Amino acid sequence: MSGLLLEVDRLTLGFRTERGLARILDGASLRIAPGEVMGLVGESGCGKTTLARAILGVLPAGGAQVDGGRISFRGRDLLREDPATLARDLRGRAITFIPQDPFSSFNPVFTIGEQLMDLMKWKSPRRQGEGRWPTLLQPYPRARRKADREAVLEMLAAVQLPNPAAILQKYPHEVSGGQRQRLMIAMALLPEPDLVIADEPTTALDVTIQAQILGVIRRLATERRVAVLLTTHDLGSAWEICDAVTVMYAGQDVESAPIDRFFAAPAHPYTTRLLESLPREGADVAGIPGEVPSPLAQPPGCRFYPRCDRATEACRATRPEETLLAEGHRLRCYHPRLPA
Amino acid sequence: MKRLELILSRLLWLVPTLIGLGVITFAISHVIPTDPVAILAGENATAEQIAALRTQLGFDRPLPVQLLAYFQDLLRGDMGVSLFSQQPIAEELATRLPATLELTFAAVLLASVLGIPLGVVSALRRNSAIDHALRIVTVSGLAIPSFWLAIQLQYLFAMQIGVAPLNGRIDGFGPEPVTGLMLLDSLLQWDWESFWGALRHIALPAITLALPAAATIARFTRAGVLEVVTSNYVLYERAMGLPGALVTWKYVLRNALISTVTQIGLIFGVLLSGAVVVEAVFDWPGLGAFAVISIIQSDHRAVMGFTLWAGAIFVIVNLIVDVLHTLIDPRSTR
Repeated sequence: MSGLLLEVDRLTLGFRTERGLARILDGASLRIAPGEVMGLVGESGCGKTTLARAILGVLPAGGAQVDGGRISFRGRDLLREDPATLARDLRGRAITFIPQDPFSSFNPVFTIGEQLMDLMKWKSPRRQGEGRWPTLLQPYPRARRKADREAVLEMLAAVQLPNPAAILQKYPHEVSGGQRQRLMIAMALLPEPDLVIADEPTTALDVTIQAQILGVIRRLATERRVAVLLTTHDLGSAWEICDAVTVMYAGQDVESAPIDRFFAAPAHPYTTRLLESLPREGADVAGIPGEVPSPLAQPPGCRFYPRCDRATEACRATRPEETLLAEGHRLRCYHPRLPA
Repeated sequence: MKRLELILSRLLWLVPTLIGLGVITFAISHVIPTDPVAILAGENATAEQIAALRTQLGFDRPLPVQLLAYFQDLLRGDMGVSLFSQQPIAEELATRLPATLELTFAAVLLASVLGIPLGVVSALRRNSAIDHALRIVTVSGLAIPSFWLAIQLQYLFAMQIGVAPLNGRIDGFGPEPVTGLMLLDSLLQWDWESFWGALRHIALPAITLALPAAATIARFTRAGVLEVVTSNYVLYERAMGLPGALVTWKYVLRNALISTVTQIGLIFGVLLSGAVVVEAVFDWPGLGAFAVISIIQSDHRAVMGFTLWAGAIFVIVNLIVDVLHTLIDPRSTR
């Protein structure tokens, strides 16, 4: 074991559809060190949400089929250990979740306070073995409840929500989208996790709110030494808050690097095209010609070769192995663009 | 405050609803080609005798005049007298109301207690053997006519096994009437013997009414749960590792029940009409049994009285359901 917190190693999985197996992830790898904010960047449909869900253990039951690979978190195998044990010990505790859409991710018929306190009842860091009660009869010890409530109010202040006590009385539809996402961040941090999975946490929000929310995530992650996996299709967001970036294309990782090196010396043709496609002053926006291949008919070898201007026979035949270009800079390409 | 507004506006709506119901029932009862006067006068009456009786009862007046006169009486709380028993209809209905309310409430309660968990289990184990078995049971629960089911239950439990009485509401006098609901009254007076007796009597008619209702409730709950389990908030609750039982029986169920509760209000109306048949089979002294006798005798006034009461009960029950709805779903009041 290196000092990694999370290691996704060549994860391959697909969904059974009426037209055959749709291979969403094909040998996708990802590494996150403790306390590291890792951006998982890729176009819509490249499999980043599926990868996030695989780590969270909420792949659609019955439809998903894992064909290979490993997800290990602090040495525990998230794909093969008993799901119920993982749900009890790990999920919502060591690994928490900030969902994409704060509008629909709150239960609409319970107050915010009730949902927060239910989470704390089961996932508070102050919770210790409290006997084997049937779930619905499990008591909530008064002293812990009081301490948990104080922690909740403190955390709501830390994510800069005005008047925390009043917000707990409200229903989700009574607070704004930005406030809901701040609540989601608070809920993700309250169990004092080691890793927060933030799946496009700003996509559903107004542009003016997005930067604030990213700022809150970055600040709290640093203060509390929490690692974050931030999936995003927006390189700008990644630039703002990430320590490192992993780029995915059509279900495969293609390049990962520390943030400075990523923007200074991108090596994979896809990454460079992606960076060129960013709008910038005084230049035309350059799209990437061609289309993302359908997950039902993936090309063998490097999946980017049909759109790549450097592709050769080798790219068609086998997927490139991982090469280490520099400290933390990993690449899968036969013909990288290397700095002259 | 919104809730109070809702209640008041619904109560106001009760007035036009009942007027409409009254007009329709009145019209229907005068379209049906039976002549209550001829039935009342008997087989041997002459044409003159029948005509005289008709004038005496006021049935020779134009229909709109009769209708207006009827509504005028209604305002004074007078529903007229039964043509045959010569008893005031309002009084007769009032004494029979508790029996019907008790039966229908018992049936709704039983149907909910059976139907809701079945619906949840069926949805969570979708397409499993349990789900298929439940689908067969629920479809047949809806398809079986209640009079047939009633007779089968009587035959099996009353005549063969003998655990429940064949018919009636209680042996002897029953508990001192307070609310008129025997189960409740006997409980209030700690009269366990009466409670047990009332329970044994109500069991078979309540089961007869409850089975098809439970089937409907199970189907709606199943559909509701299936919709809710794919929602983002359930995904979130699972990703955060909250215990499965908590997610299902608290977070999912409350959302799924929003549509089920509305359905239960409508089922109540179905039960009221179902009670007409079931009360007749079990000789249950309620509104339904009275309605059957009145229909057979072409006693229009009595039938109208029953219809208006049933309509009022239905509206009020649905008002209660709407209030429950606002309690379950906070979004509906604000």
